Amino acid sequence: MSERRVSLEVLRYDPETDSEPRFQRYPVPYHEEWVVLDALNYIKDHLDTTLSYRWSCHMAVCGSCGMMVNGEPVLACKAFLRDYPDEIRVEPLLHFPIERDLVTVIDDFMAKLARVKPYLIPARDEPASAAERRQTPAELKRFKQYTLCINCMLCYAACPEYGLMPEFLGPAAIALAHRYNRDSRDAGRDERQEIIAANEGVWDCSFVGACSEVCPKHVDPAGALQQVKIASTVDWYKEHLMPWVKK
Amino acid sequence: MSRKPYVREVSKTRWFLRQPRYMRYMMREVTCLSIGAYALVLVLGIKRLSEGRAAYEGFLQALASPGGILFHLVVLAFALYHTASWFNVTPKAMPVQIGESFVSGGVIVGAHYGAWIVISLAVLLLAGAF
Amino acid sequence: MVTIRTDVAILGAGGAGLRAAIALAESDPGLRIALISKVYPMRSHTCAAEGGAAGVIKADDSLEQHFHDTVGGGDWLSDQDAVEYFIREAPGELVQLERWGCPWSRDPDGSVAVRPFGGMKIKRTWYAADKSGFHILHTLFQTSLKHPAIERFDEYYATDLLVDDGRCHGLTAIEMRSGQLREFRAQAVIIAAGGAGRMFRFTTNGAIKTGDGMALAYRAGVPLKDMEFVQYHPTGLPNTGILLTEGCRGEGGILVNRSGYRYLQDYGMGPETAPGKPVLKTMELGPRDRLSQAFWHEMKKGNTIPTPWGECVLLDMRHLGEKLIDERLPFVRELSTSYLGKDPVTEPIPVRPVVHYMMGGIDTDIGAATPLAGLFAAGECACVSINGANRLGSNSLTEILVFGRRAALSAVEYLRSGPRAGNERALTARTAEARERIRRLFEITGGRVSISGLRSEMMDTMEEHAGIYRTGGGLAQACARLSELRERHAGIGLNDRTNVYNTELLQALELKSMLDCAEAVAVSAQARTESRGAHQRLDFVERDDDKFLRHSLAHHRSGQPPRIEYRDVVVTKSQPGVRDYSGDKK
Repeated sequence: MSERRVSLEVLRYDPETDSEPRFQRYPVPYHEEWVVLDALNYIKDHLDTTLSYRWSCHMAVCGSCGMMVNGEPVLACKAFLRDYPDEIRVEPLLHFPIERDLVTVIDDFMAKLARVKPYLIPARDEPASAAERRQTPAELKRFKQYTLCINCMLCYAACPEYGLMPEFLGPAAIALAHRYNRDSRDAGRDERQEIIAANEGVWDCSFVGACSEVCPKHVDPAGALQQVKIASTVDWYKEHLMPWVKK
Repeated sequence: MSRKPYVREVSKTRWFLRQPRYMRYMMREVTCLSIGAYALVLVLGIKRLSEGRAAYEGFLQALASPGGILFHLVVLAFALYHTASWFNVTPKAMPVQIGESFVSGGVIVGAHYGAWIVISLAVLLLAGAF
Repeated sequence: MVTIRTDVAILGAGGAGLRAAIALAESDPGLRIALISKVYPMRSHTCAAEGGAAGVIKADDSLEQHFHDTVGGGDWLSDQDAVEYFIREAPGELVQLERWGCPWSRDPDGSVAVRPFGGMKIKRTWYAADKSGFHILHTLFQTSLKHPAIERFDEYYATDLLVDDGRCHGLTAIEMRSGQLREFRAQAVIIAAGGAGRMFRFTTNGAIKTGDGMALAYRAGVPLKDMEFVQYHPTGLPNTGILLTEGCRGEGGILVNRSGYRYLQDYGMGPETAPGKPVLKTMELGPRDRLSQAFWHEMKKGNTIPTPWGECVLLDMRHLGEKLIDERLPFVRELSTSYLGKDPVTEPIPVRPVVHYMMGGIDTDIGAATPLAGLFAAGECACVSINGANRLGSNSLTEILVFGRRAALSAVEYLRSGPRAGNERALTARTAEARERIRRLFEITGGRVSISGLRSEMMDTMEEHAGIYRTGGGLAQACARLSELRERHAGIGLNDRTNVYNTELLQALELKSMLDCAEAVAVSAQARTESRGAHQRLDFVERDDDKFLRHSLAHHRSGQPPRIEYRDVVVTKSQPGVRDYSGDKK
């Protein structure tokens, strides 16, 4: 193994003693295959046991370890040291309150996720059968991409609108609603549109597109939001110009 | 209670300086003003036309002046940037699915450019450019 | 002390916990349900499961066949009445997920697609590309949001069960964001807190899988069953332990040694099949225990490939082609490319066996009830047992659904039977004791024992002595060592004396859970002087049905190694026989 070391500058905040966050620097050995999370674990195990952060799967699927690395929201388990200079600055995800160190308060996100009715709402006249429903591969493909969100919230940290207007439902929640709206088995679109195609919903989005750029799972929430906008505009025209046409 | 979550304030006026991608976004938004500026020039031209031949000739001369040409070059560059930046994001807003696969983004963007060229040619044709 | 009063407290919000919560809410919307987890539900390790969930659905399949595959795969240590129940319920549960919106992969006609899996004679593994667990977890979590009766307590770390008069009346848990201990008074408790794979260094398991639920029940007097059976998954990325699903082989990937030879044919799993044309229940589609053991033998023969991360064999998927890999195994491609720098489309991937799953766990009956009244368990933390000595891939995702729901139904039944309320004063005293234990951890001054050091010693011990092949001598060493580590754990001194999100405190408690589980594994393994399924003894190489067609039960003893007892396996229709994974059965 090499002698090379990198310096991790980690945001520390202890609510019981600090009035505001500060940075603490740790020298960490460099390994070609290490990710920032490995470096944090090294610090936790060998240098400073008081550092707190969230992590679990180490394979970019549980969504726990989102943080800012050199100013960019990333999953710490997928941010390789080799892709960074020798000075690496690690901060908690932007736009979320800091509970402690790299741990953020995500109550707001959790509440928004629940608000968009992210579950299948079957048609009222659908028989309550216990049989499997058919769905062709093409119908599945229509929404599959939007099912891949791991709720890591990098998109919220990247979205300037969310930073400026915390009421904004935000990329992941709306993309999830869109996922159910596009599912051939769902009949709940009208209910969801009332929530997402409103103020605090898609119309707070100005299509910066940052959410999609940072999304580690290529969900493309920005695309989802624009599609919701278009659909909602079409709805409006249909309703006001062609009231005789059923949606 | 010992909890005391710390909230980092976001600057309402300088937030876009933090990230190149935010700057690019601001460029896309701000360049729309150039389209407006050109529309104003057009309105002004119509006004001059209504004021008679002399006024209109003066307007045309102003357009042909170095300042006028410079203005048009800048406005054109901005308008092109604005247009291209929007065309390039159209595949996100308007994905086209055929069977199990999606039409590639390049095709959708290309179709926009194609339509743009066709419409421009039509306008030029109507204007008697050919 | 804040006390939360609820009807049913569920510990763990992964697949089993969420399934139980939904079943409770559906059975009676008036029930108060507390869903308690040390992580937000979508962080639960169910999300990392890739391959799929088994359930009989297609016309060419039968419950009978799934039963025989499972029982034989488990080397006849499964309770056959439980397996029968499991297999009967499985299709309904998978369809239920379909109705909740799970994006199962589909056949062209729109019906749910199934893929081949190890040890299964017929294709019956439902899948959602190679993120099946992820989609199951998120479908369940999102569906749970529909039920206001489910009150979530995210990021609460459970420390003790409240037991009085032989009944479980709730639990205590640390609210991580404040560091305060909370008391949950419940009429029934369901533990669905996952496995304990983190006691090993090289594991597919996420950081959260520290056996907390198992240890909680164990310390409350519930035995841990069949703990010696630890599953190695044959195909882990050698540097990180990241799982490459069995689906890789199900879709036609092959395993070769350093000479490019498909060595599985030398271990009773031949003859060789055509690459890319997998034949069920043979070669690469043999069971995980056999494949991992074959690797060990190849390594001893010097047929493996040395890499900076240890000896490996190669998982070759190149012949599957980019299109199929992208459609069915996109996550595998992403993982091997990002974490190992090798693209399965163009290169064979070095892999080695990696600790993956605990067949053993909290002793439950077929109704998911533990011997402690009012306490139920489901999922990886529980041992019903349907998995016996070796779980077949894709049975566990189904198990969390079937037994998650079953635990909920049993809890409702228990509630309706009108269980005696606990003695207020006694329970308050239990809570006070729990708080006192935590407080003492903070007060140890000059503690020189480091958490990471102790954890590292535990992992080394388990890797060295409790791996794929074991010996009596090695296990004796492991037992002695783990005993010593248990004692030294009492000397851990915390550097972090704060309350808010104190992860050092949590790590100390998690380490205690792992040590308890590890000791149960080692002591049970030492006592089982036979080889069966995933438990292989070099000094007792044969299966011994006369002595060991029995479940081991590790009972906790304070300050001492566990006491091991045995209980006969339930046999209904399949007498122990030979596990045959050779392809030429004609």
